[in-house]
Amino acid sequence: MAAQDSERAPAPQTSFFNDPVIRGRIYQLIVALVVLVFFWFIAQNTAENLARQNKTTGFDFFFATSGFDIFFTLIPYSRASEYWQAFVVGLLNTLLVSLLGIIFATIWGFILGIARLSSNWIISRLAVVYIETLRNIPLLLQLFFWYFAVLKAMPSVKQSFIFFGEFALNNRGLNIPRPVFDDKFFLVVIAIVVAIAGGIVLAKWARKRLEATGQRFPTLITSLAVLIVLPAIVWLISGTNVGLDVPKLAGFNFKGGISLPPEFVALLVGLILYTSTFIAEIVRSGIQAVSHGQTEAAAALGLKEGDRLRLVVIPQAMRVIIPPLTSQYLNLTKNSSLAAAIGYPELVSVFMGTTLNQTGRAIEVVFVTMMVYLTLSLLTSAFMNWYNARVALVER
Amino acid sequence: MQKKLVTIALAATLSLTATAAYADTLADVKAKGYVQCGVTGGVAGFSAPDADNNWSGLEVDYCRAVAAAIFNDADAVRYTPLTSTERFAALSSGEIDILSRTTTWTMSRDTTLGINFAGTMFYDGQGFMVRKADGIDSALDLSGAAVCIESGTTTELNAADFFAANGLEYDPIVFVDQDEVVKAFEDGRCDVYTTDSSALASERTKFAVPDDYKILPEIISKEPLGPSVRQGDDTWFNIARWVYFALLNAEELGITQANVDEMLGSDNPSIKRILGVEGDFGTPLGLDKSWAYNIIKHVGNYGEIYERHVGPNTPIGLDRGINALWTQGGIQYAPPIR
Repeated sequence: MAAQDSERAPAPQTSFFNDPVIRGRIYQLIVALVVLVFFWFIAQNTAENLARQNKTTGFDFFFATSGFDIFFTLIPYSRASEYWQAFVVGLLNTLLVSLLGIIFATIWGFILGIARLSSNWIISRLAVVYIETLRNIPLLLQLFFWYFAVLKAMPSVKQSFIFFGEFALNNRGLNIPRPVFDDKFFLVVIAIVVAIAGGIVLAKWARKRLEATGQRFPTLITSLAVLIVLPAIVWLISGTNVGLDVPKLAGFNFKGGISLPPEFVALLVGLILYTSTFIAEIVRSGIQAVSHGQTEAAAALGLKEGDRLRLVVIPQAMRVIIPPLTSQYLNLTKNSSLAAAIGYPELVSVFMGTTLNQTGRAIEVVFVTMMVYLTLSLLTSAFMNWYNARVALVER
Repeated sequence: MQKKLVTIALAATLSLTATAAYADTLADVKAKGYVQCGVTGGVAGFSAPDADNNWSGLEVDYCRAVAAAIFNDADAVRYTPLTSTERFAALSSGEIDILSRTTTWTMSRDTTLGINFAGTMFYDGQGFMVRKADGIDSALDLSGAAVCIESGTTTELNAADFFAANGLEYDPIVFVDQDEVVKAFEDGRCDVYTTDSSALASERTKFAVPDDYKILPEIISKEPLGPSVRQGDDTWFNIARWVYFALLNAEELGITQANVDEMLGSDNPSIKRILGVEGDFGTPLGLDKSWAYNIIKHVGNYGEIYERHVGPNTPIGLDRGINALWTQGGIQYAPPIR
């Protein structure tokens, strides 16, 4: 205490207001107050104006009967369902297309990124043209293209394009046979799980042996062989039957099997092709960020080409790739909301479109929708940050 | 820098004293000099822009009539094309003064959205359009059909009710924009296009070969389409309502755009009152006494508007039907001006 006083002592003339610490605190307090007052004002004003406009407000509409149908649902839903069920249908449809989109865009993006760096002139040029074209056309236009242009070229139901015997492609979408498993199929599933577990154990053992003796073991081929052979043997011995629910033409459209509507396919294809171009560029930059000296040093140590890539280049490239990759995942999820334009019933279409309009609760619905996207984005980000922390290089 | 920011923030807060909801629309409209009218993005006969962006149609003419009543100038209107999902928010936020956009008057809209319907410009009902090649004769044959629908409309709910009531399965393919609905139907994504039967007739005129399509006989709902205004502004609501009534009364009294000046000399007291020759019915509305004269002079009466945009001699070709005056077997009826 005394020491502090003596430190302050050299400036006794400084007034209270000129003390930089106190002044800083006061300013921060004022700014915080202003922000608070601002938001309070917005909330007040909204509530007051809504009341004055004689609008009913609140979230009770979630439990009212929705009265509309949705054609593509992952859970049972009908016009007698409630609005919260419509919300869940929309949310699940958003999650479905986002998750599949992220998986396929990542795979395709990595392939493209590596193709761009290929020493084969034709492959690398093709990749450049593809990336630069799709990356620079607005996504909404691409969705319209995939939906309307491609839909127009599709045959009608009665002239469906049939391939592999049971696959039917027409302007109502793609109908594929659905496998129907009998009750003995779980044995095959167990065999697959056992084979995968065996593969993991084998990989660990092979790694230990490599570290101890320097001898290699063909892990990948062995595990793949086990993964195919073991379930096949179980299948044959148990006498499992897998039937097929084949799509059949009935009335207006095919019935049975799995039906992928064109809205879903167009949205998924559009999102994958668009986002993969950005991922390709991220992958390319990540790989190029690892200096060539690293590869040469690894080669000098006697590592094989695959190991050079796996042990030296990729771990360093991932450090550069992961953060921007996260933003692409977020973008893809948010971009899926453009589906409302092409009739895929995801969250924005079902909830912020139909539900908002039928209930008139604009503020509530928009608020909930924003919160959903915020939550999805924060969850994706949290997962990717965790993954990033795992793959990040430990600086020495 | 910090100081500057604080100053700006404070100034912003002070300037934002409670912003009121729009209480006096008439004064606002007079001050800005035009009526902001919410319309469709393009439904021929109801509201559609031509190549020079001049809007026309039954519902556009209603807005023009409001402008004529206020400004003696039917062109003092600006149009805001809205999707069906945007329309109510646009009205209640004050972005538009009148919503005249093929909007069905329903109880929940009237009571929960903070809006009031001023009248029924067009009595409509929902119908189905199919391709003739499909050989469908009745809506009851539509089991399993893919149905193209505009999002957030009563159409969407009526279709769900109809198919559920008749135990039929269907796939609703829902788009936000009317144009996409029609395009998807034309491209064969759907077997059926359903909306108000007037709009079906209107959209059919746009197809490459209109004769390839037909409208099924079933009408599955009541769709009274009318203009609406914000609730809580009675002066403005009165104007919206009485402009509509003036259009009907004018037709009933035989006053047309062509003979309105002649009619000024009429001996019929009803005609004298509507045209402002006898008494003053404009001032209580906040307008001048020749308000109805101005409407008829610039826009015409209801029958003229109907014939001009959707009547039998237009490509849309709808008979008056129930939209005829009550004196001619229809249900269009207006209280007297006296």
